[in-house]
Amino acid sequence: MAHSLPFQSLTQVADQLAAGQVSSVELTQAVIDQTQAVEDRVNAFISTDSVDALAQAAAADQRRAVGELLGPLDGVPIALKDVIAVRDQPLTAGSKMLEKFVSPYDATVTTKLKDAGAVLWGRANCDEFAMGSSTENSAFKTTANPYDLSRVPGGSSGGSAAALAAGEAIATLGSDTGGSIRQPAAFCNVVGLKPTYGLISRYGLAAYASSLDQIGSFTRTVEDAAIMLGAIAGHDDRDSTSFKTPIPDYRAALAEKKGPWKLGIPKEYFGEGLDPEVGAAVEKAIAFYREQGCEIKEVSLPHTEYCLSTYYIIATAEASSNLARYDGVRYTHRSADAKTVEDVYFKSRAEGFGAEVKRRIILGTYVLSSGYYDAYYLRAQKVRTLIRQDFLNAYQKVDAVLTPTTPTPAFKIGETADPLAMYLQDIYTVSVNLAGLPGISIPAGFSEAGLPIGLQLIGQPYQEADLLAIANTYDSTHDWNSRLPEL
Amino acid sequence: MSETPELNIDRVAELARIALTPAEKAEYSAQLGEVLKHIEQLKQVDVSGVEPSAHAFAVENVWADDVAQAGLTAEAALQNAPAQRDNMIAVPKVVE
Repeated sequence: MAHSLPFQSLTQVADQLAAGQVSSVELTQAVIDQTQAVEDRVNAFISTDSVDALAQAAAADQRRAVGELLGPLDGVPIALKDVIAVRDQPLTAGSKMLEKFVSPYDATVTTKLKDAGAVLWGRANCDEFAMGSSTENSAFKTTANPYDLSRVPGGSSGGSAAALAAGEAIATLGSDTGGSIRQPAAFCNVVGLKPTYGLISRYGLAAYASSLDQIGSFTRTVEDAAIMLGAIAGHDDRDSTSFKTPIPDYRAALAEKKGPWKLGIPKEYFGEGLDPEVGAAVEKAIAFYREQGCEIKEVSLPHTEYCLSTYYIIATAEASSNLARYDGVRYTHRSADAKTVEDVYFKSRAEGFGAEVKRRIILGTYVLSSGYYDAYYLRAQKVRTLIRQDFLNAYQKVDAVLTPTTPTPAFKIGETADPLAMYLQDIYTVSVNLAGLPGISIPAGFSEAGLPIGLQLIGQPYQEADLLAIANTYDSTHDWNSRLPEL
Repeated sequence: MSETPELNIDRVAELARIALTPAEKAEYSAQLGEVLKHIEQLKQVDVSGVEPSAHAFAVENVWADDVAQAGLTAEAALQNAPAQRDNMIAVPKVVE
């Protein structure tokens, strides 16, 4: 049974647009209508501009009328996490600090999406400066999980995941520093791809932790993820950490690469704290791959238990440095009480930042401070080397590593108030960022209570074509994504 | 391993240039104390002879040709500054 337009896959709407069965204006209007129908409950967006979106859609239809279609994204409404710059549009990063900020330029991914003809629609809610695992740290609103409105959509890219799950976009972009794409994807029954560090330019992404941050996509299928990745990947002179590598046709690779694969199961990811229903869903997926002729091998990632500590030292250290730029001088918010230059710094930052951002800046400042640097930051960087080596050792034996994405399904809004308990949400995802690897979360079932469960596959550096093909083997033969939220 | 980590919240908040209320100081001290206790576990790892990684991949310095390129106009670059005049950012007086 075909879903209504706002719930169709990117591949499906692209085919209909190309065949002239639907116009971009009709599709965009359908997405706007769906957004208006559900947004009071889901709260996925910080800002929307339907006039601007419909104008982009009309331009796409004009291109189509004269046979100048730009590709599968032409005329497709795509929402962006509100940490990605779109020229002359607001960018809040979920923070009061940037409440009035208007981007003077486009992020490189924005330029690429515009060049591909995408209709940029909606700035998705997120944890403030992408710091959080539930989107509850947004200064503006709390996004609800479309599958259970009393629960979180995950974070920090929770708005991007919820918007897609609720039919408020056909695909969305997010950013992932420690799991911020994969965890909300798992919670909201969508596909979330965090590519290899350096595959996608970070130019125009509001920085959280620069050695870990990576932009990626939320889509309904792995095939859609392949299309999105092809559109946004590639070296950029404006991001000196972006990698010079040929960009293959990821979508074509799905058909070409058939396996069978060697998949590694790290025993450290199946221990204490893993919800039995999540564990059972992942075991079923492992059984599926075995039936497909894949070789399933146990592998060991012995430094797994140190990943979270390493992550919270490195990420907060980098955050304390990156967020020093919000000094009350250049970026929109300055305290009205500031009389001296010291006031400008201390009071503007006190007013502009929320609690979690302050906590992380404080922790990051501490681990970098004189007398503590070697004990915390330098040591964490060394453990990071060991964590990465664990994965490279595993890849001597296997093509990819298979794990749960999260220890539990989505938790209740307001339930996880303790910062350390919230940090433990990221226990299966942070290692991927520390090692710079590509990771994908795909829908893998539902709990008894009707909550989505995600399966994570972790690939080798810059081997997204393989990773997507492995993920597609499961995704193209299961239809979890057809179970829509009841809104 | 056994010593409890000390986070002098007044000093660190000063370094971070954030004015914290007494309530915030008490709350963050307690919460970050718990986080630091967790982080102490890294002392168990034998890192002797291990090179630190600033990035997951060896990132080399990248040079750009020394050629002028079009950038933002002064107006666009300053549009988000909270106070400005004559194409400059205005701040409180810093020297007498």
